[in-house]
Amino acid sequence: MGTQSQIYAGAFADPVFAAQSVFRTLMDSFARPGTIGRLSTQSSPPSPLGNASGAVALTLCDQDTAVWLSPALAKSAVSQWIAFHTGACVTEAKDEARFAFFEKGAAVPGFDQFALGTQEYPDRSTTLVVEVEALTGGQPLVARGPGIKTEIVVAPKGLPDVFLDFWTANRAIFPRGIDLVLTAEDSVLCLPRTTKLERE
Amino acid sequence: MNDLATYNFAYLDEQTKRMIRRAILKAIAIPGYQVPFASREMPMPYGWGTGGVQVTASILGPDDVLKVIDQGADDTTNAVSIRAFFQKVANVAVTTKTVEATIIQTRHRIPEEPLKEGQTLVYQVPIPEPLRFLEPRETETRKMHALEEYGLMHVKLYEDISRNGHIATTYAYPVKVEGRYVMDPSPTPKFDNPKMHMSEALQLFGAGREKRIYAVPPFTEVVSLDFEDHPFEIQTFEKPCALCGAENVYLDEVVLDDRGGRMFVCSDTDHCEDRRAHGHAGSMLASTQHQRKEPAE
Ligand SMILES: [Zn+2]
Repeated sequence: MGTQSQIYAGAFADPVFAAQSVFRTLMDSFARPGTIGRLSTQSSPPSPLGNASGAVALTLCDQDTAVWLSPALAKSAVSQWIAFHTGACVTEAKDEARFAFFEKGAAVPGFDQFALGTQEYPDRSTTLVVEVEALTGGQPLVARGPGIKTEIVVAPKGLPDVFLDFWTANRAIFPRGIDLVLTAEDSVLCLPRTTKLERE
Repeated sequence: MNDLATYNFAYLDEQTKRMIRRAILKAIAIPGYQVPFASREMPMPYGWGTGGVQVTASILGPDDVLKVIDQGADDTTNAVSIRAFFQKVANVAVTTKTVEATIIQTRHRIPEEPLKEGQTLVYQVPIPEPLRFLEPRETETRKMHALEEYGLMHVKLYEDISRNGHIATTYAYPVKVEGRYVMDPSPTPKFDNPKMHMSEALQLFGAGREKRIYAVPPFTEVVSLDFEDHPFEIQTFEKPCALCGAENVYLDEVVLDDRGGRMFVCSDTDHCEDRRAHGHAGSMLASTQHQRKEPAE
């Protein structure tokens, strides 16, 4: 497929109901951190953005949400795909982005480089959408916090080694902080800033 | 062409839904914190739950089953209008049964039946800021939340105690969420506060006029503010429901005649009907049945 047709194709076939369905999966997944939510609707963004990450972009991004893209995504047709289908403008300033997208295997910089919100407006923060190799099968981490009855083990595969340090630092500045959507294939695992993670 | 074709699904345009959906996700990530949002005009006046309606419209899908209650009842004008609105603009299935609903929009009550995973309770909120009556300036209340300066709230509750011998606040009784934010549970009776604690359901709060959305995720700590020497207590009722005999539920007073006759019945009408359908009878129901039998004897 040529670059132009990649840019114009791959959005939701039925945007109203697809966005509702993807949002509900995200809402349930943020309300129950550590559970894996399967998206019932697919998008087909240009490589290297994954399908689930593309669906998150189509569901939540628009002209009111500046988007930051990893270097590889920024160089690809993804930049124009997001701009065309959502109206969001792509920014190079991490701390101005409401959403930040990373393809599988991309280097993830320290979370404190993104918008963390302020003590008065902790909601003015970046949500990171990070595609990983798989949502299971990695280093097991015990998750606790709101939305989790006692504890739940999460084991996303393909996160950088420093992830736990980044996350612990993020948890320490609550109510400020980033929120995280991990994606793989057609599924998501959401970690709101309230979730505490520890090695098993 | 019928009227429905002229509406977007669930009335709101997609951009508004996206904005509200983003606010809901932030609200879930910061339990008890009031997220500002750009509230839209709805085809009903403020005070009719426009905040709750916008939240419901933004989460609702074709597979949902919606229940709407006002003061615990499904059949008040407010509840009937909102239910009819969503039937019209979203063609959604509706129910009066708590157990069947996936989304319950409410004003002033939490159902008696414990809510389950997969259910979402949407509260209509008139005044979202629990500190507003202590401090009218938004910039100041925001600072108080930012610094966790909740001393004034405790002073106000303690003034209650010194004046009345107990905490007189019975509605919109302030809670602390996950040990951080003081939150207004909306004008529900304090009887319902314990139901918010570690609920299996997701709780979303929408204030239309004040343009705020906040949330309590499932399994989240919700503690009513109190003092060691004056612990939080819920209302108690002397008699069980006159219709279904339920104890430990919230009762409304119903005037029976102009000679001072009255009875106390479940405010949650679905709960009361369900109990009666299962053979439970309160004193009033038992006595009317008894009276009806008498002429035949
Ligand atoms: Zn009853």
